[in-house]
Parts: sequence; structure tokens; C-alpha cells
Amino acid sequence: MDFFLQLLIQGLSIGCLYAIAALGFVMIFKSSSILNFAHGELLAIGAYIFLVISVWLNLPIYLAFIVTFVGSFFLGFVIERLFLRPMIGEALIEVIMLTVGLAAMFKGLLLFIFSGNTYVYPNFLPAGLTIKIGNITVSSVYTATFLATIIFLIVFGLFFKYSSQGIYMRSVADSQTAALSLGVNVRRVFALSWAIASLVCAMSGIVLGILNGINVHDLSKMGLKVFPVVILGGLESILGAIIGGLIIGVIETLVSGYFSTSLRDVVAYVILVIILMIKPYGLFGLVEIERV
Amino acid sequence: MEDKVALLVNNISVVYHDVIQVLKGVSLEVKKGEIVSLLGSNGAGKTTTLRAISGLLKPENGRVTEGSITFDGKQIHNEPPEVITRLGIIQVLEGRVPFKYLTVEENLRVGTATRWGKPYKEDLELVYHYFPRLKELRNRLAGYLSGGELQMLVIGRALMAHPKLLLLDEPSLGLAPFLVKEIFDIVKKINEEQGTTIVLVEQNANMALNIATYGYVMENGKIVMEGKAKDLKENPDVKEFYLGTTAKGTIKSYKDVKAYKRRKRWL
Amino acid sequence: MKLRLRPCGNYKEKYIEELAIFETDFGRLWTLIGLIILFLVIPFVVGSYGIYILNHVGIYAIAAVGLNILIGFTGQISLGHGAFFGVGAYTAAILMSKVGFPFIPAVIAGGVVTAFVGLIFGIPSSRLKHLYLTISTLAGQFILEYIFVHWKSLTGGTEGIILPKSTIFGYTLKSDRAFFYVIFVCFVLFLWIAKNIIRTRYGRAFIAIRDNDQAAEGMGIPIFKYKLLSFGISSFYAGFAGALWAAYMGSITPEPFTFILSLEFIAMIIIGGLGSITGSVFGATFITLINEMLSQLAAYLMNLKGLAGVAMTIAPLREFFFGLIIVLFLIFEPRGLAEVWRIVKSSFKLWPFSY
Repeated sequence: MDFFLQLLIQGLSIGCLYAIAALGFVMIFKSSSILNFAHGELLAIGAYIFLVISVWLNLPIYLAFIVTFVGSFFLGFVIERLFLRPMIGEALIEVIMLTVGLAAMFKGLLLFIFSGNTYVYPNFLPAGLTIKIGNITVSSVYTATFLATIIFLIVFGLFFKYSSQGIYMRSVADSQTAALSLGVNVRRVFALSWAIASLVCAMSGIVLGILNGINVHDLSKMGLKVFPVVILGGLESILGAIIGGLIIGVIETLVSGYFSTSLRDVVAYVILVIILMIKPYGLFGLVEIERV
Repeated sequence: MEDKVALLVNNISVVYHDVIQVLKGVSLEVKKGEIVSLLGSNGAGKTTTLRAISGLLKPENGRVTEGSITFDGKQIHNEPPEVITRLGIIQVLEGRVPFKYLTVEENLRVGTATRWGKPYKEDLELVYHYFPRLKELRNRLAGYLSGGELQMLVIGRALMAHPKLLLLDEPSLGLAPFLVKEIFDIVKKINEEQGTTIVLVEQNANMALNIATYGYVMENGKIVMEGKAKDLKENPDVKEFYLGTTAKGTIKSYKDVKAYKRRKRWL
Repeated sequence: MKLRLRPCGNYKEKYIEELAIFETDFGRLWTLIGLIILFLVIPFVVGSYGIYILNHVGIYAIAAVGLNILIGFTGQISLGHGAFFGVGAYTAAILMSKVGFPFIPAVIAGGVVTAFVGLIFGIPSSRLKHLYLTISTLAGQFILEYIFVHWKSLTGGTEGIILPKSTIFGYTLKSDRAFFYVIFVCFVLFLWIAKNIIRTRYGRAFIAIRDNDQAAEGMGIPIFKYKLLSFGISSFYAGFAGALWAAYMGSITPEPFTFILSLEFIAMIIIGGLGSITGSVFGATFITLINEMLSQLAAYLMNLKGLAGVAMTIAPLREFFFGLIIVLFLIFEPRGLAEVWRIVKSSFKLWPFSY
């Protein structure tokens, strides 16, 4: 039983991680229907910026966080401006392929600069985050993941629910023409959604780095893990992304705990296929409000 | 009211996808503070004219190829909608396109996009003053509103942008007659109280000419007739083709083949 | 028979003319000349390294043409073709090494088995549309990859399988040149089949589904049947190509059949031009050559004196440039090489009066 609970907690916190990673993905998809295959690379870039600043330049941790977030925010902006904007109006598959090309570019660059070695962050998490309940220990990394996820979700929830820019972003996702007719700057919304997605990626990249160490290959693989998560929850739904992330995280951890670690990577996809056969638009896919 | 020209559409041609010509030399003149209605049957080019003014041609792959559009003395044709809306020209789309997954109040807030960051509370109250029904529904998802409520919502949403020129595209589409009347009354009120210039595209010619001061009739991408709203209402041709009565005021009969011939000479 | 020349304008009076592969007799002539050069000249001038590369081009082109039938003509995006290619390769390898099948039946079986696997992953297309389907094929990719690695008794796990020498009618295919003939006969055959699928009823149904599947259904096209058929055909192409590849390479491991390969196939048809058979061939050539050139360059730099230490870190730039080329291509010529080819052709045809 203890083993199960231990796994469950671990699974939930990994699930949280998947959830934030998926959040950035859903954001881009919602605003511009693009499947971003460079997601994992954005994650890795965030993790490496943090590494460079905290370890190589040896600056304080809070500064590293700030620089990473600001940097990846601008990176998202630049990516949209340079690569995605010329593609407006092209077929969807070509835009998707463009993100594949971007992924290869980023991965190549990262490997060139940092090679395939695994790095680790210094342990900056306060020891107080380690929680002991009975026989179960929740290590500080997992607690930090929980906390980071909750903070992020609240911040973004508030942003989308109440801030004007958040409402504009949702309006573009809803009906682009209507948003244009009211003077919403759709291009800025696209750019902003890439920027925010990139920021969110950096966040999950850092957490992943704390959890497993920083390695280009591992981090870019995370980008593909996002697909079962978002499909499970339904591509358009942020709540779905969170629940999908938790489900996949828990199942993966349980499978690797009770069966074998090698099954761990494929089980998400098996669940995905089964779910899609039963519920074609995912568990929480948008039920289209249709009117004639 | 001042007699100043707000919008001047000078002999424009519009081409979609580089091949389909929809407008062939349309000219309009809208004076400040007046309601101008644009009549015509389906496919006459009314919506395209509005799109040319509001800059929404681009997403449809259309372009103004000839002529010019000026608003307050500035050339605005082929400018992107972000620029045009910031000059105060707001189009209310045909078919009432709400943001279905946003609440009523959030829908209205999108209307503040042209002046992002400025306070908007007063404007919300203003919209609720014109459309009290919206206040009751403020936290409802727009996707679940009825047709009349949606029409109020989209007009209200446009009002949030402080428009100088409001382009209304068929607000009466698919609404019950009493609702149409209510909405038209409100449009008239907005025009009088806010001094908003309005271009009204309509199929419901009777209603439109009632509140408008000036009218244009379009056919096949051309303006075929124009005049004071009062005069147009009395015009036998308009009566026959758009108001549904013969020149004598009786209900039209299909036996009257002459009407068909007479209409043809416009085209 | 009258010699048919290209008229200036569309003067087709019968559907038969619209459907003809060769609009003019010159088209036929050029194709014949092309075939003669391909089979009688090229194998003897390009040298063994050239033949090695051409063989890869031919194999990938077969798979790319198949994928283009699915993506470019039917509009169903598959991210699993790398694994399908692998299924064909494994089928042929297992049949040849463990069951003792000869080359020809083994390769054909590779295609058939893959077609079945493709159909299984195509079944979601009955209910799923667009991106959901795309991701279901992505799941197929990863599940198949897992099977390649972990079903050790069948696939040999990471060690893979070594294939016996391929023989056709008692003649052993020893040299690259022998394989060249086998591969390019298949290549021509499959191209011809694809052209014919596209210009007949099936192709028109595929295109109708791509352009608007609801309208297609309204017109009485059983869309599920045709979507599955398209999945089947394109997986057959991929599997057949995979089987050829396995036989040519002589040994296989799970390593090549990853998601990256799936993406490379898609890159081929996009760079070549969606919905263009010739384009797929261009795309396959382009990607294979780029890949080869970049590895050569990396190897060259690695052997340079003085750069030896840096060389390890230069290798990943191969991936960077690969991505860069795809990105630049998409931004500057999104219609692909087929469009470039068309422009070149028509500028020759119209020269010197380009309008």
C-alpha cells in the first residue's frame, strides 16, 4: 500500500509536469491550430538558459529564473516573427512541418553547444519542502513541482479569465474574423501565444531538469510526450490538458513501478489509441456549440 | 448636424483571389452623423463594400484594385483591419458572430481592443443602458444566447470601441419583426445620442429606409440608384423590387411581367 | 496515328483525353529516353558510391510516392510511415531468414503485411478527423517502435536480424548494380501504378475526400472505404520499400525506423510538392542527397587535421542544417520542387516569349 501511495504521489507530480508542458502546447494550438513539434526543444532551451545562468555564470537563483523567463518569452516572440508569420495562409501541414524543421534546428544547435552530456543543477530547493507523512516521503523535487504547477495554473487562469489581453487571446481562438472586425491585433495575439507558450516550456524544462538532469535528447523527447496528454484531454481544453497530464503521469509511474520501466514510454500511446477509439475527441474535447 | 463628409468611397473595384471581380466601380458618400442604408439583393456586393471599408477583405483574399476610400480625409483602402478599426470604423459582421465560449461581458470587453489598457467600466454601463437585456445575461456564455440577444450583443460589442462609423451588416437577418423593430429603434437612438455615423446594409428595405436619411441601391456590384431615403421609399421601382408592393400599393403579382423587364434595364 | 502536339490552350474534348498520362507524343518519347538513360547509361557512369546513393533514392522514392497518395491526395496525415517502412523491412527479414522465403515473395509479403498493419491504424479514420487522426498514427509509430525493440523472439531486439543473400530466379544479387536494376524496375512499376491510381475512379474519390470529405460523402463516395484503401495502398508502398531496403542492406536493427524517419518521409513529399507524384521523387532525391552530403561534410571535417577535437561537436550541426533547409524551403517555395520544375519546364517551353 505504501509503495502504491508513494508511486501515486510521484505519478501525480510528474503528471503536473506534463500538465504544464501541455499547457503551452494547447495555447499555441488554440490560438492558431498549429501542432508545435518544436515543443520539446523549447523546453530544452529554457532548461539550458537556466543552467548557463545558475551554474556557468554562477548568478543567484532568483535572477536565473527571471532571466530564463524573460529570455524564453522573447524567444517565443522572435520565433513567431521570423518563422511562423511568413507562413500565414499556407496549408496546415506545411506549418506543422515548419515546426519540425525548427525542432531539428534547435536540437542541432543545442547539441552543438552543449553536446549530449547530462548536466545537473545545484540543489537550490529548501530542505523544508521534503514532506513526511507516515511511511511516505515526498521529496522536495516533487513538492516543488506541485507548487510550481499550482502557481502557474492560478496565474494563467487569472490572466485568461480577467486580463484584457487574455480575453483578446481567447476571442481570437474563438472566431478570428470577429476578432479582426473589432480591431483585435491578431498577429500580436499569435506572437503572444508563442511567447507565453515558450515561457511555460521554460518553466517545465527547469522542473524536468531538477527532476532528471538536463540532457538534450531526454528533454526533446518530452515534446512528444505532450501529444498523448493533450489528445487525452482534448486538444482545445486547458482543463483537459491538466487532467490528461495527471492521468498519464500516474499510469506511467504505476506501470513502471509494477511492470517494467521499458513499458513506461509506450503505455501512454496505447491509452491514447484506446481512448481515441472510444471518444474520438478526447475526454474533454470541445463539444462544439452549434447553431444554425 | 454638420454637413461634413465622413466617408468617401470613390469608384472602387474589388477582386477576390485575383480573378473574381465583385465590385465594379462603387461610389458612396456618407456625411457625418447620418444613417446611410445600402440595399440590394443577395450577391449584389453590399457585404463586400463593407469589407472593403473595414479592411476585412484581406482574410478573404480580396483586394481593392481601383479607386480609393477615404475616411476623415485619410486614405484607408487596403489597410489592415488593425489600422482601420483604430480610426474608429467598426464593422458588425453579418450573421452575428459572437465569441461562443466567452461570456457576454467578456464579449463586450473584446470591443475595447482598439484602445487596450484604457478603462472600460463606463462603456459597459452605456451598452447595458441601451441593451438592458444584456446586463441580465452578463455571465452567460454567448453561445447559448438567442438570435435577438446575439444581435444586441454584437452591436453592443461594437459600441465598446467608441466607433465614429459603424458598419451594420444585416442586423435583421432571421429575426422576428418586433425584434427587428426594437433593434432598429436602438440603432436610431445610438445614432442620435452618440452621433455615430452608421452605414446599414439591409435586405429589409422598408425598415432600413425608415431610419436612414440617405439610401443606395446595389445590383451586380454597381450602385444603380441613390437618393434621400424618403424619395427612395416613394420610387416605384424600389417599391416594386424591395418593398414588395406595386407602384399602386397593392401586393405584387407574378403576372406583371413588365416589372421583370423594367428591372433588367438596371443591370 | 496523328502525332499529338501540345495545343496552346485547353482543347480537350473527351474525358479520355483529360485522363491520358501523356498529353503529347513527345511526353512518351521523353519518358522512353529517360528510361533508357536510367537503365542503360546511369548504372555505368556514376560509380559504385553513386549507385549506392541512387538505390537509397529509389527506395525512399517508392515510400514517398505511397505517402503522397495518403497525404497529398487523400488528405490524411500519417506520422507513422517510418514505422510502417520498418514493418515491411522486418517482415521481409523474418520471412527470409527464419522461414526461408525467396526474395520476391518476401518483399511482396512485406508490402502486404504492412498494408494490413496500416489498415489497423487507419481504422480510427472512420471516426477521427484531422489532427486527432494524425496523432493516432503517431501513437502507431511509437507502439510499433516498441514492438521492434522488445519482441525479442521475433525481431531480435536491438541486435536485429541478418538477412541471407537475396536471389532472383537462382541469380544471386551480389553487387549494388544488380540491386539497382531490381530497385528501379520496382520504382518505375510503382510510379506507373500510382499515376494510374490517381487518374482513375479511386484517385478522384481520394481527391474528393481531401478537398471536402462531407461533400464527398454527400456525392455518394463511401469515404471510410476509400480512406482505408488509401491507408492500405500507402502502407503497402511503405512496406514494400522497407522490404527492399532490408534486402539491400543485408541486416536490420530497430534504429532507423524511428519517428525521425516518419518526419523525413513527410519532409520529402512536402519539399517535393504535395499531391504530385513526380514531386515525391524529387523530394526523396533531395532529402537523401542532403542527408548524404551533410554526413560527408561532417566526416570530412572530422578527418581534417587540427579540427579533430572540434569535429565531435560539429556533427550535430548536420541536424541543424537539415532543419534549416526544410524551414527555408517552406518559407520560400511552399509548393515544393514540383512547382520549381513546372516553372523551369514552362519557361523552356515558352522561351523566348515568356508571356
